[in-house]
Amino acid sequence: MTSTKGAIGQPLTRIEDPPLVTGRGRFVADINFPHQLHMRIVRSAHAHARILSISTQAALALPGVYAVWTAADIAEIGPIDFREGKIEKLEPYRQPVLAIDMLRYVGEPVAAIFASDAYIAEDAADLVEVHVESLPVIIAADAPTGEFAPGLSTEAAIVAQGFGDVAEAFANAHAIVELDLSVGRHSGVPLETRGAIGRYDTARDVLELHGAAKVPHKNRESLARVFGRGTTGLHLFEAHVGGGFGIRGEIYPEDILVLAAALRFERAVKWIEDRREHLIAANHSRQQRHKIRAAVDEKGTLLAIENEFWHDQGAYPRTHALRVAETTCGILPGPYHLGAYKATGHYRLTNKTPAATYRAPGRYETNFVRERLLDAIAVRLGISRIDVRRQNLIRKEEMPYARPLCVLEDDVSYDSGDYAGLLDKSLAAIGWDELQDELTARRAKGELVGVGLALFVEKSGLGPSDGAHVRVDTTGAIEVITGGASVGQGFETVMAQVCAEALGTDYKRIRVIHGRTDRIEYGIGAHASRATVMTANAVHAAALLVREKALTLAGELMQCEPALLDIVEGNVVRRDNGAGPSISLGQIAHHLRPASPTRRGHAPGLASDGWFETAHQTYPYGNQIAQVSLDRETGAVKIERYVIAYDIGRAINPLLVRGQILGGFVQGLGGALYEEFLYDANGEPLSVTFADYLIPTLAEVPDVHVIIAEDAPSTRNPLGIKGAGESGIAAVGAAIASAIEDALGVPGVITSIPVTPQRLKRILKDNRL
Amino acid sequence: MTRHDITLHVNGRRYDICVEPRKTLADALRDDCGLTGTHLGCEHGVCGACTIIADGETVRACLMFAIQAEGVELRTVEGLAQGNEMHPLQKAFVEHHGLQCGYCTPGFLMLAAGVLEKNPTIGDEELRDILASNLCRCTGYENIVKAVRAAAAEMGAAQ
Amino acid sequence: MKASAFIYHRPETIDEAVRLLGEVAPDDGRVIAGGQSLVPIMAFRMARPPHLIDINRIAGLDRLDTQDGWLRIGARVRHAAFHEGAIAGPTGALLAHVMRHIAHHPIRTRGTFCGSLAHADPASEWCATAAALDGVLVAQSTQGTREIAVRDYFEAVMTTALRPDEILVEARLPLLPAGTLTGFCEFSRRSGDFAIAMVLVTLRIEEGRIVAPRFTIGGAEAFPRRLAEVEALLTGAAPDMATWRVAGDLAASLLDPLEDSITSGEYRRDLVRALAPRAFQQACA
Repeated sequence: MTSTKGAIGQPLTRIEDPPLVTGRGRFVADINFPHQLHMRIVRSAHAHARILSISTQAALALPGVYAVWTAADIAEIGPIDFREGKIEKLEPYRQPVLAIDMLRYVGEPVAAIFASDAYIAEDAADLVEVHVESLPVIIAADAPTGEFAPGLSTEAAIVAQGFGDVAEAFANAHAIVELDLSVGRHSGVPLETRGAIGRYDTARDVLELHGAAKVPHKNRESLARVFGRGTTGLHLFEAHVGGGFGIRGEIYPEDILVLAAALRFERAVKWIEDRREHLIAANHSRQQRHKIRAAVDEKGTLLAIENEFWHDQGAYPRTHALRVAETTCGILPGPYHLGAYKATGHYRLTNKTPAATYRAPGRYETNFVRERLLDAIAVRLGISRIDVRRQNLIRKEEMPYARPLCVLEDDVSYDSGDYAGLLDKSLAAIGWDELQDELTARRAKGELVGVGLALFVEKSGLGPSDGAHVRVDTTGAIEVITGGASVGQGFETVMAQVCAEALGTDYKRIRVIHGRTDRIEYGIGAHASRATVMTANAVHAAALLVREKALTLAGELMQCEPALLDIVEGNVVRRDNGAGPSISLGQIAHHLRPASPTRRGHAPGLASDGWFETAHQTYPYGNQIAQVSLDRETGAVKIERYVIAYDIGRAINPLLVRGQILGGFVQGLGGALYEEFLYDANGEPLSVTFADYLIPTLAEVPDVHVIIAEDAPSTRNPLGIKGAGESGIAAVGAAIASAIEDALGVPGVITSIPVTPQRLKRILKDNRL
Repeated sequence: MTRHDITLHVNGRRYDICVEPRKTLADALRDDCGLTGTHLGCEHGVCGACTIIADGETVRACLMFAIQAEGVELRTVEGLAQGNEMHPLQKAFVEHHGLQCGYCTPGFLMLAAGVLEKNPTIGDEELRDILASNLCRCTGYENIVKAVRAAAAEMGAAQ
Repeated sequence: MKASAFIYHRPETIDEAVRLLGEVAPDDGRVIAGGQSLVPIMAFRMARPPHLIDINRIAGLDRLDTQDGWLRIGARVRHAAFHEGAIAGPTGALLAHVMRHIAHHPIRTRGTFCGSLAHADPASEWCATAAALDGVLVAQSTQGTREIAVRDYFEAVMTTALRPDEILVEARLPLLPAGTLTGFCEFSRRSGDFAIAMVLVTLRIEEGRIVAPRFTIGGAEAFPRRLAEVEALLTGAAPDMATWRVAGDLAASLLDPLEDSITSGEYRRDLVRALAPRAFQQACA
């Protein structure tokens, strides 16, 4: 397929795919260096204990073992910093790279083995003995606080946001609706576990980390500080990445260990996480309990919301610090008007695996909480679930709509949106009114069937700026160099399409570089649905500058005004005579070689940098509708129909947008019904295999009707785009919970997710259903 | 820690390798044969990323030891294409956006290849049941089913 | 998740295999056939056998045939061998149906019937089947061959009458009489997961009454078993929903359920109560 103009908006196949379907992918585990050592982490088997001694002699004595480290061996390396810099109040709570004196969760790194192969390293890890004195554990964030360390409460922080006079609103309310809601602990759990390879190039004095992801440039800054190096002597390399979802690519203890070991041993050091480790060591997410109450007038107008929550952070803050809790405060009001608001979040440390962001952090949780609240208001006031939402919705003519709240240090200001219009589309798609009759008839026959809905506002494209470099070589091949990152979402294809649109070339001739700090100085990475918004707009800007340069030179060579020229399939032609003389981009690049006699005074090279800057995020939005039936005997939930409507502003590749939505939906389904990290009373993790941590298979997945709308392009970037990555997952817990409660016909009984069959059976019995 | 000289036959080539008995077939394919298209997602037989074809049957390469595969005809994702001509399944996965990160893809391709070779006219329900053997964390599965269906149609038409 | 080191043995004959096992059993040497349960627990290092005796090259152990009213299943017969049409009659239909509930396709191509019996996971579908049909297991060691009735076989979770030095070389299932109706239902969180509870029923209906019922529960207790009290209640009763419900209630009340930090005993009772009528309905459909 060739494509020139119009590359944007087409459902094109991906340029990433050919190597990935032929077994030529290069994931971090596929990369090897000569004489590399394999690292294995000895992990805490205790949820909370004081280390009395660590015995490593037996491990060291094992043939093939090169070294064994405990905290004492890396005393010069401090605890792991926060990505966005110093946060005074959290500094004392940061996680050490290897445990010092104390163990605070099962899975915490205690020692590191370096051996000639992964099998021997694991043998040696078994031989390390950690002697401890057990301490009482705190497993729940809403349990009484304890001491993290002498004088330091396990309530490491309180986050708060709000506006308006909440007390006044509650005092004058027609009704007050209160709920106590919980979201379970689950996480991204990509199919590829984490991995990292540290390599030290002694000849050039360059330290390398292979297996980077998500935010290589940010992480380079952090790691450069850890190792006291300039960023020019430290490079991160992204391999193929087997799914990110927020959890991969943050700096973890293992990343620092492979680099420290590579430096000290002057040998490459490879670490590949195994699945059991992943489930207890990589970031968990989501677990929060919300006590929420709303003050409403007699029509259901939201006068005020008070949102107190307990955020279960696990044993330590991680690189995101307070981000999920802060986002929880700032995004909760969603698409609705709200007179006054007060959010108070207790950021609590517990003896569990540390938590951080997972796809739609703070939104999966708050969409569940807020939409449960809207359902409860509807019940209390005897009005329909649709009406209570509709009358509170922010209207499209009110856009941009600012609210004195903050998300990711950015003042909330919705850029564009027609929330009610999109709701109408979904209701029509599922046939809401007729569906009510159908469900009534089925209920009369004894079935437990219901429908639920949830509205949401997403956020994407946080700036402030990102750059890209586009260059054309003398064969006409194009390289787009970005500081973006690919986590499998189709980054290369999207960038290539945007570049192809601007340059008038075949997107398949474009090579997209990402995740390499040695090719570009800055980069925003891939997180919080910002790659397409930020990096694509930068690529677009750079490609337009290349276009301008190409047309300028071509105009001089062809003796005509650049404005009369166009680029079609990589050739500059006259607009008025497409079949006439032409000059290829490769030829133009040839003219622009530094030593070219026909460069005509232009700067060498057919290349340009481009930058995109923005003051605020963009706010895509959507809604989801679930239809479920319940098995009253087993408590099983069957999703019968599902509708997701999402306004993306402008879809660069609808095929990929749809893919993002469907994939996100299934992850959301996991959090709603299946996935949960459980612990026993001693802090022992119970979900440590793929037979216990239940990722949905095809058999659990219903058909999903996806509506991709482009009614409200972003006003904050030239391409009008908003992010896609988190839309599918954002409201699944909310919509399914609403549907289950509707099927039960008992208001207020679905207060937590996941709704497991056992829990639902309990509810069924308690309500004599 | 005795190592054994063994010979594996993979995609029609022989690989003379030296492994400990405990080395899984998946690890041996990756580390000793250099065939890194077979991925490890869980190493306990649930995720299916390491699915390959052994003597015509789809198996989990993480649940066999390499030494058990002596004398077995093995096929991995690297052997699906004929030279530069992609297998209909590979083409269909590209065409229908049946992959995102691509990590589970080799396992799904081999699972589907093994099944379609035995039963090219497989019904929808049975196909879905078999495709539920493997985990994908990116796509939501719908496009994987579409791709396998399309490939089955093409493979059927070619016969 | 790499297994501990072991010494690998690949005997060509069953005699050599039992001789080897006799030598290494005292050190926790183990037999590997399909390996679909053993290899995962070795990967987690929950099992660290210093010797593995691979019986996959032993001729004759792949036998699957019927003789004198018994189905004989050799130690190398894979789950997938019980596909529809492989074995005639109601026994074949039951086994083909049960097989489709065992894990997933790529596991079924490798895992074996006898291996499931030897492993004796409470959630094993084959263990429940063997219990339901009153199978007989043939164990061989250097001391000879002995038969173990399945009803005497299970002792506790993953604990059986099979001695460490014995290889389970064959399982025998008595063929169900023509006209026997069979039903099998299980409940698991996801398709292919370990079942939390399962119910297997067989019965004949003569002159509108239930004859020779077998009622077996699996997954819900430490090991599967037939419930004689339920069978007594069913015998001679009318094959209708009321009977199925009473049977389910009685089965639930008789249960000595497994309980763990995730699944309560009460829920397992609920499931047995729910699954029993479904299994009967399936049988009588």
